[in-house]
Amino acid sequence: MPFIPHTEKDTREMLQTIGADSIADLFDEIPAELMIEHLPHVPEALSEMEVSRLMRQRAKMDGSPMCFIGAGAYEHHIPTAVWDIATRGEFYSAYTPYQAEASQGTLQTIYEYQTMITELTGLDVSNASLYDGASALAEASLMTVRINRRVKTGRILLAPGVNPVYEQVAAAIAGAQGLTFERLPQDAASGNIDFESLPDGREPAAVVVQLPSFVGTLDDVDRLTDWAHAQGALVIGVVNPTSLAILRPPGQWGEEGADIAIGEGQPLGVPMSSGGPYFGFMTCKQKHVRQMPGRIVGRTTDLDGNPGFALTLQAREQHIRRSKATSNICTNQGLMVTAATIYMSLLGHEGLVSVANTSHANTARLADGLTAIDGVERMYGGPFFHEVALKLDRPVAPILKALADRDILGGFDLTPIIAADALLVCATETKTAADIESYVDAFADVMANGT
Amino acid sequence: MSDLPGDLLYTKDHEWLRREEDGSVTIGITDHAQSSLGDLVYVELPEVGQDVDDGGEMAVVESVKAASDVYAPIAGNIAAINEDLADNPEAINSDPYGDGWIVRLTPSDGVDESALMTPDDYQQFIDELDD
Repeated sequence: MPFIPHTEKDTREMLQTIGADSIADLFDEIPAELMIEHLPHVPEALSEMEVSRLMRQRAKMDGSPMCFIGAGAYEHHIPTAVWDIATRGEFYSAYTPYQAEASQGTLQTIYEYQTMITELTGLDVSNASLYDGASALAEASLMTVRINRRVKTGRILLAPGVNPVYEQVAAAIAGAQGLTFERLPQDAASGNIDFESLPDGREPAAVVVQLPSFVGTLDDVDRLTDWAHAQGALVIGVVNPTSLAILRPPGQWGEEGADIAIGEGQPLGVPMSSGGPYFGFMTCKQKHVRQMPGRIVGRTTDLDGNPGFALTLQAREQHIRRSKATSNICTNQGLMVTAATIYMSLLGHEGLVSVANTSHANTARLADGLTAIDGVERMYGGPFFHEVALKLDRPVAPILKALADRDILGGFDLTPIIAADALLVCATETKTAADIESYVDAFADVMANGT
Repeated sequence: MSDLPGDLLYTKDHEWLRREEDGSVTIGITDHAQSSLGDLVYVELPEVGQDVDDGGEMAVVESVKAASDVYAPIAGNIAAINEDLADNPEAINSDPYGDGWIVRLTPSDGVDESALMTPDDYQQFIDELDD
């Protein structure tokens, strides 16, 4: 469905209808002293040619380094067809159309996306996506408080492996609504939950478990899910969608499965680009669907008996429910979801398994190479997926700087987060054996010679 | 014309009350309310034992086109909820004064009938709305 801007005539007619002389009149009720004529830090508008030139210059400053950083966003090969199809005129809009049912193709795409995400996470229903993984945690936390009405604490317990940025975002969004976020104890050796000192009787509304954890480890999600349910809490699983090709999905954790699964959808066909736009996904058990935020597309039958698609369960949403809506999110990341749907369709089950297995094998190879260097060892024992924390015998930042000078983004510096000289590295399927070898050689050289 | 049993009391929010022999009060929404909402698909119920204020939100009835709050017409404590509505919300459409009851309240301050409407008053009230 094309985007059609208003013509001057449209604007004039609309103003006439409501009895206003100009667009500026619409802002009359804002006191003059609050109006800003000119924003000092926003430069004058540029022409398309000028913007293109500026952006080309800036892109050059990025260079084309080899990237071994994960920590929440992952570099994967994106088949050219993904964005070729996603940027076709019929799809190329960031929006769920307002006259939704007129756009059957868009709705079908979202419906197929929802179907694939529920299959990946092993849960019953998916929404049409949220802004990103971090805000999805905020929305999921609010959702558990609405569902778990018997629990009045508003307390959300986070496994030690939950991404610290997700916690900050969730606290910023949901904190003002009375939710509190607290960490469960960590076992120093494994990096995972310390099951011996889990706090009973805290009456949490939800327990959040991330798999793989932020530092790359794999928690005993079955045991934690069962413990959380025994505490009367719901379980929110934070998962990497690529990992679900080979790890057990949240819907199958423990006796009853996680209640909600969320995560960052970026690994599914969305390029890494200075932090976004990405998209968050969210699925849940059928019984919780009325508390799920966001849009949901359903399949139905029209008057002639033909299959069709419609936005469904809209009574939860802001335009009907007003202040009682489950969330103020009435949109989704349409374009990113379109790309993800095409990505998943092109790869299929086998392709996704292959990406996951190759990423794991590459990271294992990288970890083997790096831990053979003096002064480098695994931070935690136990299995990992495609990311691993390494402990160094010296500060991390200078090492990363020296590697960056060699056009290698060597990993994510964990020092400020876990108070140890530790580095988180990731090698996805995009890295060849030669890439890994050259990184290991460079690392060894930097460790031996300082630069 | 909507159906209005003579032994009930009514509110401006289109709810009905039945005073039970044990002192409790059964509450639902009127025939007029259910027919305005259309086919009900979901009812969100309070917890038994929960206290509600006079005029406080007590339940939510959701149809394919709207979701509406059900307000407590008197202050009290939730004595019972109609759990059958979870699987059968359309009972409110088919039998709003019977199987479609929503909650039973134990009043905390009695029932102030002067704040409620008789069937005739309510009939007049909805007739004026329709004008």
